[in-house]
Amino acid sequence: MFLLRPITAIGARALGLLEFVGGVGYLLADTAGTVRRGLIAKRGRRMGWLSLWAQMVRVGVRSIPIVMLVLFCIGAILSLQMSPILKTYGAQSQVARIIAVATFRELGPLVSAIVLTGFAGASIAAEIGTMVVSEEVEALEAQAINPIRFLVLPRVLATAVMMVCVAVVGDLLGVAGGLFVSHAFLGLSSEQYVRLTFEAPKVRDFVTGLIKAGVFGTLISALACYLGLGVTGGAQGVGVATTRTVVLTIVALITVDLMFTGVFYYFGW
Amino acid sequence: MAEHAIQVQGVTKVFSGRTVLDSIRLDVNEGETLVILGGSGSGKSTLLRLMIGNESIDGGDIFIGHAGKSIRTMKQGELNEYRKSLGVLFQSGALFNSMSVADNVALPLREHTDLPEETIEIMVKIKLELVGLREHSEKMPSQLSGGMKKRAGLARAIALDPRILFYDEPSAGLDPVTSAEIDQLIIDLNRKLGVTSVVVTHEMDSAFRIADRMVLLDRGKFVVSGTPEELRDSVDPLVRQFVHGLTEGPLTDRRRAGGYEVDLLGDGV
Repeated sequence: MFLLRPITAIGARALGLLEFVGGVGYLLADTAGTVRRGLIAKRGRRMGWLSLWAQMVRVGVRSIPIVMLVLFCIGAILSLQMSPILKTYGAQSQVARIIAVATFRELGPLVSAIVLTGFAGASIAAEIGTMVVSEEVEALEAQAINPIRFLVLPRVLATAVMMVCVAVVGDLLGVAGGLFVSHAFLGLSSEQYVRLTFEAPKVRDFVTGLIKAGVFGTLISALACYLGLGVTGGAQGVGVATTRTVVLTIVALITVDLMFTGVFYYFGW
Repeated sequence: MAEHAIQVQGVTKVFSGRTVLDSIRLDVNEGETLVILGGSGSGKSTLLRLMIGNESIDGGDIFIGHAGKSIRTMKQGELNEYRKSLGVLFQSGALFNSMSVADNVALPLREHTDLPEETIEIMVKIKLELVGLREHSEKMPSQLSGGMKKRAGLARAIALDPRILFYDEPSAGLDPVTSAEIDQLIIDLNRKLGVTSVVVTHEMDSAFRIADRMVLLDRGKFVVSGTPEELRDSVDPLVRQFVHGLTEGPLTDRRRAGGYEVDLLGDGV
């Protein structure tokens, strides 16, 4: 019995994880099933586009300044960190290429996603959780309005689309940060830097980064909606769901990022 | 013999091992106002949720309308059609906090009808006038008092001209005058619109004002069913205690028999 206990505990954990992943997957499948009715309904008055737009503004616009600041700093940091090593090889100008690849492929989408988790994920979870507590979600169901179409679909689509937009801005600011430091402190000419930047990443680097960004956006909003809809127990439950959303989303982002990178590496993309 | 709007046949509901409703039988006649009485935790709100299809049934079945359609075997589309034919006033009003009062009332019309926007605006005004909130149509739910929220929720519940109206604790948390106003609204709507009303409450004053027929639910079972007069004159000790709000009786004895002494002083007493 004593030896079995850890095994049972691991089993229970694994089952819980499986249930969670399955639940989120099921929610996403459900959401996909409502796309047609939600957006391409017979009239534009079905609120689809209107609420999608409102969500895009809410998710994207507010987070852009923060993403810009964070990625500018990361570009600058990378540049400073890389240059001494590159100097020993006499290849200091390569800093532009390194920053470009690192930002476009990895840091642009990932860091933007983490910022968006705090902005969009937390607020979506809190909002939907509060709606559950105040019987609003139940009222939707009682009025034959599918909460998935009405609440989840616009949020998931808006976050996915805005995540791609934010990642593009983040990518550019990362490069700008690197450019600023390289030009001001490391003595690289800005023309050279820009030339090397846009020479280095093939279009593929940029696109794989944006594909990732779209997936990250979907992941952030799906987790937030799932945990928000699962809220029980009043205001405290909303708080718990919000915290769990941020923590679990960041873990999920990194895990999924690793999986993507693995796949891209395998196929040589 | 009156037609049945809803027939509840031997319905059982279990929440994590605890039987909340135990083989409940209940017929709701067309056009009547039926009041379901019961203390906190007696299962009366659960029964209401089962009747609107927001909760799954563990045993027995509920049949709807003349055709006697089983709610358990309904497909999602059929369930939605049924839900469009009923209105629900939730305990908190359950207004959508992000929308104005007018938009709240308009939502079911926008979602489920093909009416032009001008017609919807007129209909919203009519519904709000019925509940006495026409001049507050542009307010947000957070600007309304408790009683106004309930009236707005009622306006939304009758937006689609339902055949059956469900009320979950309509007078809970309201002052006596507002509570009486809500009761009068329930009576008026019943007469003016000819709807069937099912009211879940534990407020006896309100219950006696509005009820054509009453049932008393205790620990997941019906204790009694009859006209308000029959319940008022009942000699059953439990009914008497509940209806007249007495401190002595089987309901309080049960609480006292909860092993308080043993809990306090241990088994050795």
